[in-house]
Amino acid sequence: MAGSILVRASSDGTATTVQALIHHPMDSGFVKDASGKLIPAHYIQVVEFAHAGTVVLTAFWGGAVSKDPFTKFSFKGGKSGDALSISWVDNLGNKDSTTATIS
Amino acid sequence: MQNTKATVRIKSGPALTRRITLSGAAATTLAALFAPGFKAALADTAAPMADTSAYPAKAFAQKTKDDTIAALFNMTATASTDISFDAPDIAENGAVVPVSITTTLPDVTAIAVLALGNPFTLAQAYQFPAGTNPAVSSRIKLAKTTDVIALVQAGGKLYSVSKNVKVTLGGCGG
Repeated sequence: MAGSILVRASSDGTATTVQALIHHPMDSGFVKDASGKLIPAHYIQVVEFAHAGTVVLTAFWGGAVSKDPFTKFSFKGGKSGDALSISWVDNLGNKDSTTATIS
Repeated sequence: MQNTKATVRIKSGPALTRRITLSGAAATTLAALFAPGFKAALADTAAPMADTSAYPAKAFAQKTKDDTIAALFNMTATASTDISFDAPDIAENGAVVPVSITTTLPDVTAIAVLALGNPFTLAQAYQFPAGTNPAVSSRIKLAKTTDVIALVQAGGKLYSVSKNVKVTLGGCGG
């Protein structure tokens, strides 16, 4: 699952704005495929954003979050060149993480 | 790092609290006493990783507004005008409905989004540590035209704002 996370983080000196896009089907378990069979639920449950070893946002998601989920938020602090780490785990136990550099 | 996570989760209300992280922190302290090298190894590891120990699975399985709020926050919500909840009046595609929540309320610890017309009411919940601005934008699925509710937990109280979103093409196979 490597490389599922696209992230852009930029600091204006006082706050860091983070935009993240994760490639994931986010199947809710309620949608049928072309042959009429239910597609089993498969969605990200927890996403953690961390800066300098501290969590800056924890997201809990259900199957009602859109495919390839997008998240935007900002936190105080963080400067250009700092590392921002993002990690997720889904209901099947798959996980991925990445570290981005704040610009 | 476990200590940091524990503090954050405790602030978010009873239903989101997990004591597991506390016992984890105690174990770390013991290990550090007996094996000095272990502590150094912990400090070298990367930032906190997502795990499902704090996932509010019960709240995500509820089918009504009241049950969801009770399971997630264990308190009742009061309507607030200090929350700005941005969602479209008409969503042409229920599979991708952008929602954006910002608030001027102080000491925000959590924001959640409920879609009353979905099979499971709770769509998403976020925990906000101190220092993170109380605003989040994302995209959710709506099965049909419904009221969407944004909940903000701030200073130990729960506030809500509701908006009706018309869906012309359902996003949950409907």
